[in-house]
Amino acid sequence: MSSDAIPEFHKAKAGDGRDVSLTNLSAFSGGPGVKSGREVAAIVVVAVIVIGGLEFALRFFEVPQYIMPPPSLIAWALFDEFPLIAPHLGYTLVELLSGFAIGAVVGLILAAVVTQFPFAEKIVAPYILLLVTTPMLALVPLLILRFGFGYTPRIIAVALAAGPMVMINAATGFRRVDSAKIALARSYGASTLQIFWKIRAPMALPMILVGLMIGAIFGLLTAVGAEMVGGGFGLGNRLTTYSSMIQMPQFFAVVLILSILGILIYVLFFLIGKKWASWEA
Amino acid sequence: MNTGDAKTPKLGVREATKIYHTASGDLLALDRCTLHVAANEIVSVVGPSGCGKTTLLWSMSGLHGLSDGEILLDGKPVTGPHPDIGLVFQEANLLPWRNLDANINFPFEIKGEKPDRAWIAHLLDRVGLDGFGGKFPRELSGGMQQRAAIVRALSLKPSVLLMDEPFGALDSFTRDEMNRLVEEIWLDAPTTIVFITHSIEEAIFLSDRVIVLSPRPGRVAKEYPVPFPRPRSMEIMATREVFDLTNAIKMDIVGGRAGTKARRPAETAA
Repeated sequence: MSSDAIPEFHKAKAGDGRDVSLTNLSAFSGGPGVKSGREVAAIVVVAVIVIGGLEFALRFFEVPQYIMPPPSLIAWALFDEFPLIAPHLGYTLVELLSGFAIGAVVGLILAAVVTQFPFAEKIVAPYILLLVTTPMLALVPLLILRFGFGYTPRIIAVALAAGPMVMINAATGFRRVDSAKIALARSYGASTLQIFWKIRAPMALPMILVGLMIGAIFGLLTAVGAEMVGGGFGLGNRLTTYSSMIQMPQFFAVVLILSILGILIYVLFFLIGKKWASWEA
Repeated sequence: MNTGDAKTPKLGVREATKIYHTASGDLLALDRCTLHVAANEIVSVVGPSGCGKTTLLWSMSGLHGLSDGEILLDGKPVTGPHPDIGLVFQEANLLPWRNLDANINFPFEIKGEKPDRAWIAHLLDRVGLDGFGGKFPRELSGGMQQRAAIVRALSLKPSVLLMDEPFGALDSFTRDEMNRLVEEIWLDAPTTIVFITHSIEEAIFLSDRVIVLSPRPGRVAKEYPVPFPRPRSMEIMATREVFDLTNAIKMDIVGGRAGTKARRPAETAA
């Protein structure tokens, strides 16, 4: 025990937030983590300089508002217009959440089933690739034609955008078979189902989380894009409306909301990964 | 091969033959390999790389079927994973997403049984992992991981423990320490142990008997009793007897290789 204490200590020291990245994908290499007071101060100072500098430059060079309004006006517009934007945010969230839930569930089930049968995987692979590479936005006019201007076409588009992303990543995860770990489970008499839940699923979890995150972000893109194509509500609709009315501070306020949504999606999955998949350093 | 003939051996391997059907043709890994292990005996199996040591052990565990022949536990054929047979893998093979406690709990989850907490606590204490239950494998050194794996295997109180080059990835000091630990545990609560290794020293230090397999296809080429009293100290490793025994085994293995020049390169791999 004593001779092992040193490497143990050394490794425990490494747990300063850098080695808890969800996967070794660069997207996760640096994420939100515990920061010291000094780091926080530096981040605030840089933010003040960037935003303040932008504000100053836009006003100093008298850049017209329809090109780029200064940050203060965007912030005011966000505050002032938010009661009017909020319902649209709600619509977008409903589309995103329901479409993503459908797409993620179907994607996960397909990935789990298909990877159990390599032959079936070969057959469906081209179609999945087709779904992944086709921008689902292209189908929105058709979906609107068929399902009207309500939620349905957008939810379908979001599900079609998110599902394949979830599936393709989850399948990569499920394919990572570690025969020694499966042999371990089998040596205790594990059933196929037990091997799936206790070995394959946890091994796939980091990739599943990556898939869910990418799927959610693609879902957000598709939801907003679908709202821009047609219909009278949603954040995408606000974007087209404000830009057609040259209400640029309001337009950028909506863009800001979308950025925040995207960041929230990232942070959410980062935290889930930190909690449940931090074993994969 | 007379050992254990007087009564039913604890573990018997009878005419074990294993053919792997690979893309490049059939591969005979084991050829009528026969050996017996008495109850509470520690037997090591050594042999040149790719001679079928691991195949033999996995067949004993019931994880791999044989093409011909049979494995007998207490005289009854083993046809699949058996609760009386514990397995310790190459590297620790812990589940990285579970902490140490959850890793040790894993076999009981699979079996739907209640773990014997007192026994596990005793084992953890015995291997010096007391208080590490909340640690994840990546936070433990290689030696600690392998100790946890031994606790996991022993937690089910198997009457036969099969160890597949368990300390091959460890540095030589840690390996010596682990060898002493295995002996201590065995002196505490004797079990039948079959130990696969490519270290002749390790085999001699641990075993009552060392079995040398021939190059592929594996079959028992020779066996040597190791008569030193227990507990053994590292000092015995420096004695003349151990030196001679080590050399004899080495010559068996190397000599066996030299006699098979005609093998195709593909067969020497792995």
